[in-house]
Amino acid sequence: MDFGPFLLLATMEGLVMAAVLALTAVGLSLVFGVMRVVNVAHGEFFMLGAVLAWFVTTSVPGPPALGFAAALVVCPLIVGGIAALADRAILKRLDYDPEATIVATIGLLYIFQQAALSLYGPDARPVQAPFDWRLQLPWFGYSGYKLAVVAAAILLLLGVRLLLVRSRIGLVMRATQYDRETATAFGIDVDRVYAGVFALGAALAAVAAVLIVPIQQAHYLMGGDPLLLSFIVVIIGGLGSLRGTVLAAVLIGLSDGIVSVFFSPTLAKILATLLVALVLVFRPQGLFGQRVA
Amino acid sequence: MTGHRGAILGLHLGVIGALAALYFVLPAYHVSNLARVMVLSVFAMGYNIAFGYTGLLSLGHALFFASGLYATGSLVQLAGWSAGPGLLAGIAAGALVALAVGLLALRTTGVAFMIVTLMFAQAGYLLILYFGPLTRGDEGYVIDRAARAVAGLDLSDDRTRYFAALALFALALAACLALVRSPTGRVLVAMRENAERSRMLGYDPFRYRLIGLVASGLLAGASGAAYGLMFGYVGATFASIQYSILPLLWVLLGGAGTVLGPFLGTLVMFYLVDLSSSVTTAYLMVVGLALLALVLFARKGLLGSLRERALPWLP
Repeated sequence: MDFGPFLLLATMEGLVMAAVLALTAVGLSLVFGVMRVVNVAHGEFFMLGAVLAWFVTTSVPGPPALGFAAALVVCPLIVGGIAALADRAILKRLDYDPEATIVATIGLLYIFQQAALSLYGPDARPVQAPFDWRLQLPWFGYSGYKLAVVAAAILLLLGVRLLLVRSRIGLVMRATQYDRETATAFGIDVDRVYAGVFALGAALAAVAAVLIVPIQQAHYLMGGDPLLLSFIVVIIGGLGSLRGTVLAAVLIGLSDGIVSVFFSPTLAKILATLLVALVLVFRPQGLFGQRVA
Repeated sequence: MTGHRGAILGLHLGVIGALAALYFVLPAYHVSNLARVMVLSVFAMGYNIAFGYTGLLSLGHALFFASGLYATGSLVQLAGWSAGPGLLAGIAAGALVALAVGLLALRTTGVAFMIVTLMFAQAGYLLILYFGPLTRGDEGYVIDRAARAVAGLDLSDDRTRYFAALALFALALAACLALVRSPTGRVLVAMRENAERSRMLGYDPFRYRLIGLVASGLLAGASGAAYGLMFGYVGATFASIQYSILPLLWVLLGGAGTVLGPFLGTLVMFYLVDLSSSVTTAYLMVVGLALLALVLFARKGLLGSLRERALPWLP
């Protein structure tokens, strides 16, 4: 294949990755933005979404599209429920102390991993794509499902933005983020907002996982990479800034896709992790964020 | 503080003496376990200097442990150094890497510091995988038995290994005790308690945090270097994030900011996992639940609670 089409292929792969990454990272960013909680278990919510998608699609009879649609609805709900429960039972009791919540979410990470290993097993299992038409380009054929993933991610992100900017729920969330005390004084049930935000963040990771699982198999250790990459994206985009997060996801997804195709995936990750460390040291507001006075 | 000097000295010498005596009492299986616990608890003691005393919650200490492990391992096994200089190089590697990381990472605090250390450690782990042809990545390599003799002492022999581990442990314990009771150690604690006030009193937070982190990295590197020589295996698992979490868990369990806490935490956790593995294979669940329980119900850990309730003089 010539260089041009090869670059096009790498870009398309990068876009798919960026789409899924943006969804996952927006979940992490939302939780950090509103609750100031660094959720180390975020990657495991992603993994739980993928593993549950396998259970749902294998237990729903009929055409694969039906099972997949069911997974798209059911998995985020279950994962969101688990997250809300974890918030109520653990994070709230810690009073959202930053260091304690990090240790607690590390604990959750191990518990979820072990639960998946014990109940689901150590194998990677595939989930069938809901449809399989191919887009035939002059140089290569490309999976239509992957393009659908990109479209779905864009729709979902627009939905999240609408929810935040236009709805009453979003208003309450932003008020809580801006000033927790005053929000309480205005009769906002901050505990419920926190549980809801934590659930929403986890549900976004789960949706991303359901979307990716026909491309990449479900495995109990699959949460590591999304966690690391989401961290990278959220930090480079500026902690708590949604627009920055999406921009950074596209940047990281594309460059990761391209560097991985032309060089080595490990090298791409080394560069990204070092970039994050340096951004945090020298430009803590992120590449796209505004400095808070 | 001086009033309890006798009790403090007696307690720590007593622990070392008891460990020496245990060699003659315990069956071989536990002797080998205990040697491992002693070496790993040096890692935990290092972590405790940063986290427990200086207040730096790092999520990247696997990097310092692995620096010691890989520096010693590659010099001895791949470059043909003898074990003595290799061990020293490993210790120095831990301190130097901590210095380099500290110079950058200590420009941040709190959550940003955790993430920066996590990222540096992850980059280190990936570098080991990237140089797979040399390091053999996850699979790792074995250090030849012949190369593992320090000054004529064959560390693959059970008895030599046990007492070498005990010597290292005693040395680290003495160093920690001396550090935390020294004026520098007091300033480190002041940084943990209130960095702003210490700065007003004329102590540079950056400088003292760097001292704390380098001392911490030195002990972590020493533990890694000794682990490689004593157990003869070098692998990328030791650089993975799990080995950054484990010392945190050990220190939290034993009691952050206590001199003997890291050892106690390592010992209890090691046997908790060992005993539970006869009942269930769910090793990760035990670690996860222990972390949650500690952070929810016993923030101060075993010795921290003991100090609070009964023994206020415990260092």
